[in-house]
Amino acid sequence: MALQPIATTQNGARAAHPVPVVLNGRPLEANRRIPLNLDWIDQVRVNTSAVERRAATHVTRRTVKKDTQAAWLLRAIACMDLTTLSGDDSADRVRRLCAKARNPLQRSLVEALRIEELHLTVGAVCVYHAFVETAVKALEGSGIPVAAVSAGFPAGLNPLAERVAEIHRSVEAGAQEIDIVITRAHVFNGEWQALYDEIAAFKEACGPHAHLKAILGTGDLMTLRNVARASWAAMMAGADFIKTSTGKETVNATLPVSLVMVRSIRDYAERTGFFVGFKPAGGIRTAKQALDWLALMKDELGRPWLEPSLFRFGASGMLADIERQLEHHVTGRYSAAYRHPIA
Amino acid sequence: MSTIAEKFYSMDYGLAPEDPKEANLWLDRHHRRFGLFIDGAWRKPSTGEYVTTNDPSTGDALAEVALGTIDDVNPAVAAARKALPAWQALSGHERARYLYALARQVQKHSRRLAVLETMDNGKPIRESRDIDIPLVARHFYHHAGWAQLLESEFPGYQACGVVGQVIPWNFPLLMFAWKVAPALAAGNTVVIKPAMQTPLTALAMAELAQEVGLPPGVLNVLTCNDKAAQALVEHPDLDKVAFTGSTEVGRIIRKVTANSNKKLSLELGGKSPFIVFDDADLDSAVEGLVDAIWFNQGQVCCAGSRLLVQERVAETLYAKIRTRMESLRVGPPLDKAIDIGAVVSPVQLETIRKMVDAGVAEGARCWQPSTAIPEKGCFYPPTLLTDVHPAATVVQQEIFGPVLVAMTFRTPAEAAELANNTVYGLAASIWSENINVALDLAAQVKAGVVWVNCTNQFDAASGFGGYRESGYGREGGREGMLEYLAPRWLHTLPTAPAGAPGPSHLGTGEGISGAEDAGEETSGDDSRAATNPSPPSLSGPSIDKTVKQYIGGKQARPDSGYSFPVYGLSGELLGEAPLGNRKDIRNAVEAARNASGWARASAHNRAQILYYLAENMIQRRDEIAQRLARVVGEDQAAREVALNIERTFSYAAWADKYEGVVHNPPGRNITIAMNEAVGAIGILAPSEAPLLGLLSLVLPAIAMGNTVVAVPSERYPLVIGDLYQLFDTSDLPGGVVNLVAGRPAELAKTLAEHDGLEAIWCFRSNEEASFVRAASIGNLKQVFTNDGHAYDWFNPAQAEGRWFLQHATQVKNIWVPYGE
Repeated sequence: MALQPIATTQNGARAAHPVPVVLNGRPLEANRRIPLNLDWIDQVRVNTSAVERRAATHVTRRTVKKDTQAAWLLRAIACMDLTTLSGDDSADRVRRLCAKARNPLQRSLVEALRIEELHLTVGAVCVYHAFVETAVKALEGSGIPVAAVSAGFPAGLNPLAERVAEIHRSVEAGAQEIDIVITRAHVFNGEWQALYDEIAAFKEACGPHAHLKAILGTGDLMTLRNVARASWAAMMAGADFIKTSTGKETVNATLPVSLVMVRSIRDYAERTGFFVGFKPAGGIRTAKQALDWLALMKDELGRPWLEPSLFRFGASGMLADIERQLEHHVTGRYSAAYRHPIA
Repeated sequence: MSTIAEKFYSMDYGLAPEDPKEANLWLDRHHRRFGLFIDGAWRKPSTGEYVTTNDPSTGDALAEVALGTIDDVNPAVAAARKALPAWQALSGHERARYLYALARQVQKHSRRLAVLETMDNGKPIRESRDIDIPLVARHFYHHAGWAQLLESEFPGYQACGVVGQVIPWNFPLLMFAWKVAPALAAGNTVVIKPAMQTPLTALAMAELAQEVGLPPGVLNVLTCNDKAAQALVEHPDLDKVAFTGSTEVGRIIRKVTANSNKKLSLELGGKSPFIVFDDADLDSAVEGLVDAIWFNQGQVCCAGSRLLVQERVAETLYAKIRTRMESLRVGPPLDKAIDIGAVVSPVQLETIRKMVDAGVAEGARCWQPSTAIPEKGCFYPPTLLTDVHPAATVVQQEIFGPVLVAMTFRTPAEAAELANNTVYGLAASIWSENINVALDLAAQVKAGVVWVNCTNQFDAASGFGGYRESGYGREGGREGMLEYLAPRWLHTLPTAPAGAPGPSHLGTGEGISGAEDAGEETSGDDSRAATNPSPPSLSGPSIDKTVKQYIGGKQARPDSGYSFPVYGLSGELLGEAPLGNRKDIRNAVEAARNASGWARASAHNRAQILYYLAENMIQRRDEIAQRLARVVGEDQAAREVALNIERTFSYAAWADKYEGVVHNPPGRNITIAMNEAVGAIGILAPSEAPLLGLLSLVLPAIAMGNTVVAVPSERYPLVIGDLYQLFDTSDLPGGVVNLVAGRPAELAKTLAEHDGLEAIWCFRSNEEASFVRAASIGNLKQVFTNDGHAYDWFNPAQAEGRWFLQHATQVKNIWVPYGE
């Protein structure tokens, strides 16, 4: 049975309990580039109303309570790309974020929940290229990877050579994960070969170790069929993750968009035997939303997609809400944000 | 109990129980014992007997409810009758306020009702909380609106009167709302009998009705045994019976009410097709199936239980279904993260088991997921049966459990054929990303509700109900309101004379009473006879014409080889008519079915043919009138012919105007409510106006696209001769109208029993209406009669228009969600 080849985080959870990547009993391997198959893109069928209905009712079909809810919220932390992507980011701001990444929960909560053994950290810290070195240094020894947004993030319209060079620089600076944004116009114009070539070039630039997360910019793509087609092109081009949004679009991660992407991941795995991870990003701010997404992953793809190696939240504000919920779980009193150290 | 750390690794769902505390407190407040709710008060059952209602997921007793018996039926009906005048005297607005108050009460107590429903029925709390109860509230709101608008939207209509209603256990409160809300909105009073497996929410509603001050007797809730339920539907003081439940019981109700003029609506079983084309969004179709057959444990009359999938994608779809089935969670229905709860009772569980075993014995391949099923309680796993064929029992019969049967098709035509290869016709679900394909099939499927790229969508404004043996009548919307209303003039009609008038030599034992009624001068005037195409120029009895049956657009000799004489007012022989028998009816029905393309002719085309028919009538008016005059007298003959021409114009006008509507249910959806032809209709024409009465029934039927087998009255069967000349010269396609003369009473039996007819219209004596109703149960064809009233065929307000068009059509609601 194929195990996930790379433990992207070194927290206790993963070290103690490796989860084999299996879909419907079939062991999967890590994704690698395959020739572009235009038939698969042509065969995309997405019924928007039906997808919306499934997304809307799924959250009413699943809920977790009490200790289970606490455990699921901890899982959300483990799968979180703690992110800062602001124009006013600074080295100290990034160091503060890294400190929070190492200890996402305050000691008293960890003890009350009796989860010391988990050595819980977030999944990664996500920053602009300019702060990769700062973050790598700040996270040294923690096993927490640094993710860099790259390739002309968030518009992705710089010349291709510059975007590829940017990836090289981030990888050299120590980024283990590269979040790139695709050229949305390729999707609008049906230029699948160009899209595929672009993403393949980015993946190539990542080298053998860094993971590529392809941001589809779903808020820009507008239609769910576009989202599905772009997902297929990105997966065939070798992306390790497909990711919804930059967080800079008007509409970012939504459940319908996520449903379409995870269904694409499932079909791709069934056709190729390769697994691809999923990262919803932007707009996910509450603990409740985190639970909704975890349930979606569990029901649509299964337990392996609840590991940080296959699932990440791109979020900056969600952790604060999770901390409050966990404190409420421990004390029975509703908590307030100021009681938890900020990131 | 595992630790949080262990749960972090396992990522299982754990328990998420809804707290039943408040519902239990409510039951305790009633000391877990409920009486009959009659005349606004709780009463002990006459025998003092109570039965226990259980939680099917645990088997635990929840409460005792009164077991009403025959002796309790009278007081309930009497209370409703007593309350009727005052309730009807209220303005629409006043009734609207009661319905609005009920809607508000449902919302205010929504969780208690949802929890009670789940405890009593076993359905997942998600469904009762998110689907059943909100739809209940919506139904009362919507019908508060109809009460408010009754006078302006249904001018000339009034409530039926006292209504008896019997509802099933699968959607206890929703069916209560579907029955009670329109009945009360229209101004009826109600005696409702909930299912004895699931009576609690109906009783809770009775209490809410008390709280809002609904006048005593307007709503009576009668928990009772089967005998009392039968006594209720047979009760002579009911004006209407509404039933939702099995087709088997529906048949019984049709039969036991046949002797009365109670209005009847039946919402019965189904084996609804779920059709998936190769260009469908397959993942979404799988979720559609979850909503179709794994909703309410499959105990849904309109469940998409028959999967028809295009061969090319069948294996892919089956694999996706199996994968999805693995993630369905079966367990305690009060758990908020459960997909499939408990089947309603051990009996039902056993039925499902036996059906599946029988399916496997007939060769089906059975697949069930590895999902854990609770050991205690009535649970059955989601099940997929493949390798089945149309002849298999599990394909033909309703299982009423979480069991899907799957077959393949090759072409859209084959999909339609398979979809309609069933005695039922309740619902259909069609999945394709090509709107041409989807809507084309939606038009072809025989079903009252068609969901395109969705399933099990309901809204109070969109009618729900079936074709064929899935019953008749609609619930919801304007068409649902009409089930509880009747034209005011109907109540004022005189009673039809007992026994049809007819020549005594036909063996019906009736005299030519109609001729006396007509009271016209006798005919036989020479000048009129001279204009006859075949005048009696020979000596002896004047046989002016040999008339044959008119079948499939051709004149046909009667199979019997017999003819019978037809006499005029003064007893003179007018001619001879063919004596039709079973085989003539068989041939005529065959011809009518073969002419079903008429329904697809454009409305404009049908209108043109009707206008042409009127034009030809004008040309021949004198000769037709002269012949008719010898039977009904000159004056009536002239009036019949003149009105006939007008009436033909009317229905030509209506042909392209009696149209459907478009609903806007919640969500991004349109629902197209189409008025479709009922199909092939058997017509038994009245004798009091031999020509006008016959055409008053034939014309609305064909204007709406139906085809017809009509039996003219025995008083003047020679009318066939006039009509086929008219039809032939008016380009009416052969088989659209078939005319068979003979003994109506005999032919009525063959017609009423014929499974090839979708409806039978009988406008003759009360006895014949009763006979036809009772004989209609074979395929549960729709029955439209004069209910023992004497219609005035010369009064257009009674004899033409919407009342007839309504019966000539059935509403198909096609749900079309949209959006990219």
